[in-house]
Amino acid sequence: MSLHSANEGKYAIEARNMSIYYGTFRAVKQVNLAIERQKITALIGPSGCGKSTVLRSFNRMNDLVASARVEGEILFHGQNLYAPSVDAVEVRRRIGMVFQKPNPFPKSIYENIAFGPRVNGWKGSKSEMDELVERSLRGAALWDEVKDKLHESGLALSGGQQQRLCIARALAVQPEVILMDEPCSALDPISTLKVEELMMELRKDYTIIIVTHSMQQASRASDNTAFFLMDPEDRAGTLIEYGPTNELFMAPKDKRTEEYITGRFG
Amino acid sequence: MVNTKDVTMDQARLEARELARTASAQAIDFRRRPRLGETIIQALLFICAAISILTTVGIVYVLVRDALLFFKLEEVTLWKFFTETMWAPQIGAVGILPLLSATLITSLIAMLVALPLGLGAAIYLSEYASQRVRGLLKPILEILAGVPTVVYGYFALTFMTPVLQALFGRDTVQVYNMASAGLVMGIMILPLVASMSEDALAAVPSQLREGAYGLGATRFETAVRVVLPAALSGILAAFIVAMSRAVGETMIVALAAGAGPALTFNPFQAAETMTGHIARITSGDISYGSIQYDSVFAIGLALFVMTLILNIISGSIVRRFREVYD
Amino acid sequence: MNDPTPKSAQPSIGYLPQGFEIERNIAARRLQGTLWRNLFVSSLLIGILALLVLIGTIVNDAFGYVALANKVDPANLASQPLKELSKEELVAILQANISQGLFRRLENDQPFTERSQENVLELVYERVVQQQVIESYDLWESLTQREAIEQELTSQNPKAKLEFRSWLNWGFLSRSMASKAEFSGVRNALLGSLWMIAITVVVAFPLGVGAALYLEEYSSGSRISRMIETNINNLAGVPSIIYGMLGLAIFVRALGFFTSGSFLGLSDSNGRTIISAALTMALLILPLIIINAREAIRAVPLSLRQASYGLGATKWQTIWHHVLPQALPGILTGTILGISRAMGETAPLIVVGAATYIVTDPSSIFSKFTALPIQIYYWASQPQEEFRRVAAAAIIVLLIALLSLNTVAIVLRNRFRRSL
Ligand SMILES: Nc1ncnc2c1ncn2[C@@H]1O[C@H](COP(=O)(O)OP(=O)(O)O)[C@@H](O)[C@H]1O
Ligand SMILES: [Mg+2]
Repeated sequence: MSLHSANEGKYAIEARNMSIYYGTFRAVKQVNLAIERQKITALIGPSGCGKSTVLRSFNRMNDLVASARVEGEILFHGQNLYAPSVDAVEVRRRIGMVFQKPNPFPKSIYENIAFGPRVNGWKGSKSEMDELVERSLRGAALWDEVKDKLHESGLALSGGQQQRLCIARALAVQPEVILMDEPCSALDPISTLKVEELMMELRKDYTIIIVTHSMQQASRASDNTAFFLMDPEDRAGTLIEYGPTNELFMAPKDKRTEEYITGRFG
Repeated sequence: MVNTKDVTMDQARLEARELARTASAQAIDFRRRPRLGETIIQALLFICAAISILTTVGIVYVLVRDALLFFKLEEVTLWKFFTETMWAPQIGAVGILPLLSATLITSLIAMLVALPLGLGAAIYLSEYASQRVRGLLKPILEILAGVPTVVYGYFALTFMTPVLQALFGRDTVQVYNMASAGLVMGIMILPLVASMSEDALAAVPSQLREGAYGLGATRFETAVRVVLPAALSGILAAFIVAMSRAVGETMIVALAAGAGPALTFNPFQAAETMTGHIARITSGDISYGSIQYDSVFAIGLALFVMTLILNIISGSIVRRFREVYD
Repeated sequence: MNDPTPKSAQPSIGYLPQGFEIERNIAARRLQGTLWRNLFVSSLLIGILALLVLIGTIVNDAFGYVALANKVDPANLASQPLKELSKEELVAILQANISQGLFRRLENDQPFTERSQENVLELVYERVVQQQVIESYDLWESLTQREAIEQELTSQNPKAKLEFRSWLNWGFLSRSMASKAEFSGVRNALLGSLWMIAITVVVAFPLGVGAALYLEEYSSGSRISRMIETNINNLAGVPSIIYGMLGLAIFVRALGFFTSGSFLGLSDSNGRTIISAALTMALLILPLIIINAREAIRAVPLSLRQASYGLGATKWQTIWHHVLPQALPGILTGTILGISRAMGETAPLIVVGAATYIVTDPSSIFSKFTALPIQIYYWASQPQEEFRRVAAAAIIVLLIALLSLNTVAIVLRNRFRRSL
């Protein structure tokens, strides 16, 4: 079954009663979270509280961990991503991902971008591929910096450029949602700023979910924020508070949120 | 604050300290010139380590010396050595080509078996198999790698040759033939290719795999279009080492490929390889200083140079490869 | 984003599958993936299958029916069954039925007064009764075509009797070489291998550990250490037959005066002796031992060394009392791997000059000798089917020896891992 029904609701992704297990360990429990379309949603919380686990469950990256198991529903276009008829490969094409450490393939910049479309059955001429590469790189605000060295190795770029190359690479398969797992944690402040500006730009066309450990980044660059915390009893991550970023940072409803954003723990 | 009494006290303390300092200085000096026992031990250990250098020197010296004796003979020239198509030094035919071609043909057949199968097995083990399956299957490959080559020779002769004869006819396939030896040699080398290639694949960072999966690539596409190219140099090194192993392998070809140099490109015919020839000639009561004795060292030198070059190439590839991910 | 028709103002960027094409596209890729996965699995399975077929071939050859026929009927030699005769009666039968020359030669090999009853009985069977294997069958034939075999035999050779034989038996282990397959044994070869391995270890173990200690503890990271390291890696890739040539030129030929034992007056042989073979083998396995020993030594934690130095121990005291005991299991594992390598190596022994036909046990390091793999090589290269069967039996002996060695190595390695 395909994930392309024209069901255009307010939400891009909806997690309902989601629990995630690694073997017998429940890493995340009972999360209900609706991600708004074409907004930037930040997931924050102390490390080990399950942010990455939640994020990776949105494009079934957790399938790659043999022991991982998801309970509950994650709806995308009204379809449960974990329904037996849904293919993880298609999910990942529709919901792209950018990782903590930039991970360009050891190929040329051009080939890095062309890889995704090619494996996904892209049809077109050489010049159309050139155009796709250019548009993806422009989309990631990298075109001007690399347009003269498209056939040099992606590994030769600086860390920040590499991360934007990874974003461009994700754009080339025309996803609807882009997941970012601490995309700036390995970058210097200037590169971080560039990626944040890029996110703002991308919000016009894409839904973005970003995990960050930096509260400044969350408050600066997101529309909504979800705060996770580990339940001290069973060490399972739980969603404590979720709402518009302004409200969450200005007037947190939960005491634990307030303690966290004022830096009293975590 | 300082009164005289204290000054003398200080003086004494200072002297004591001075004494201690010279004592400790002496101790340091003592260490710099270690006791005789320690020196002797270090010298002995150095000799142990130097034996490996001596071995190399010995190999080169022995091969070069006796090969030179061979090339100094009137009827032998380098030109004839590399161009003549017959090898029978007793009658002045000194072309290494028949031996070389048999070596290359058997090795090539072995490569045709070992490279695809070894690489396939490596991809399966590294990219598909679960931890448990891998733990179960790898020891089996290790057993295959531990079987002595003479046993493979027996296997070629008693199993592979009859099978080939049954498939292609006794008229086509001779009792001793290069195909049988090459195929079995391929099986022998398979574990080597598999384990070295698997190491290379496993060294590819898992973030690259995640990157590919994140773009909607399937497991196969990830393995073959991302991981494999990233591990290519390591795999290439494995292939070259495998080739060197095949060129230097003796017992399988000595038993199954044939006894007698022959210049033929038909793999179903008998032809003696360089190693097989050395083994056969030296196994009898060879008389030192005869042309046959010296000629064998010329072949040995050629063999040594070939395998050394292959090993050096693969070693440098491995080293460069390591640098990429460190 | 999903609009498949590009806007006219912008150039086309090609076309990704949309709608139901996606399903078709993914189905095709999944199929491709499955096909290739099966290919990858098959490569591995072919390797495993090859191992099974190899073992099958060996077992198939080593067991099965043999048809035995006597040249002389034992009933004509004595009224009782031969087995029940005393040694003296058997010797008398022997003397009466074989040539004087042969009898004298047997007496020379080992005086009859020293021989056991079983040994003489065997001689009577071999020399007088001349019980011969006139036909042998492999295990598969024996199990599936027993009746056909029996029929063929009764029609062609009514006097012959059919017997199921394990070519690997006690007699095979305890007998010497013989010109006929059915009387051959691996005794000399086994002893020869043991002698050689023992000397190889005695030489290679201290040298290997010493070299590893020097490289790790005394010159780690220096230029000479790096040079030696490169050299060792290259040595590990030198074909074993080249080591044989080194042994031939140095140990057999140049040092023949010593390796033949001539310098002690034991000059009945040339340099093609156990000691030459063992020294050659020692050089061959040295790189393996050094590489493994270095790894084991490197794994010893630095804190242990510092603690020892802190107590005022000298470098050697530290190494001897702390580093070596810790590294020993790892070093032994590497040594055992080296031993298994030496145990199975054939080519260097051929070149150094192991004898293929020898009937006496090795008695000193200056003895001529044969070894297990050499016997396998010799038997496997004989055209007669029966030799193939003893080759298979000898292979089983060799593989069992190797398997036990490796089991010991694995146990050691596991204990080593746990202690870290
Ligand atoms: N592959 C895995 N296998 C087992 N446990 C895991 C795995 N990945 C994460 N976990 C566990 O799940 C919990 C949440 O981890 P994670 O989602 O990475 O947290 P965060 O990203 O918020 O730091 C942690 O307790 C972690 O140990
Ligand atoms: Mg994380």
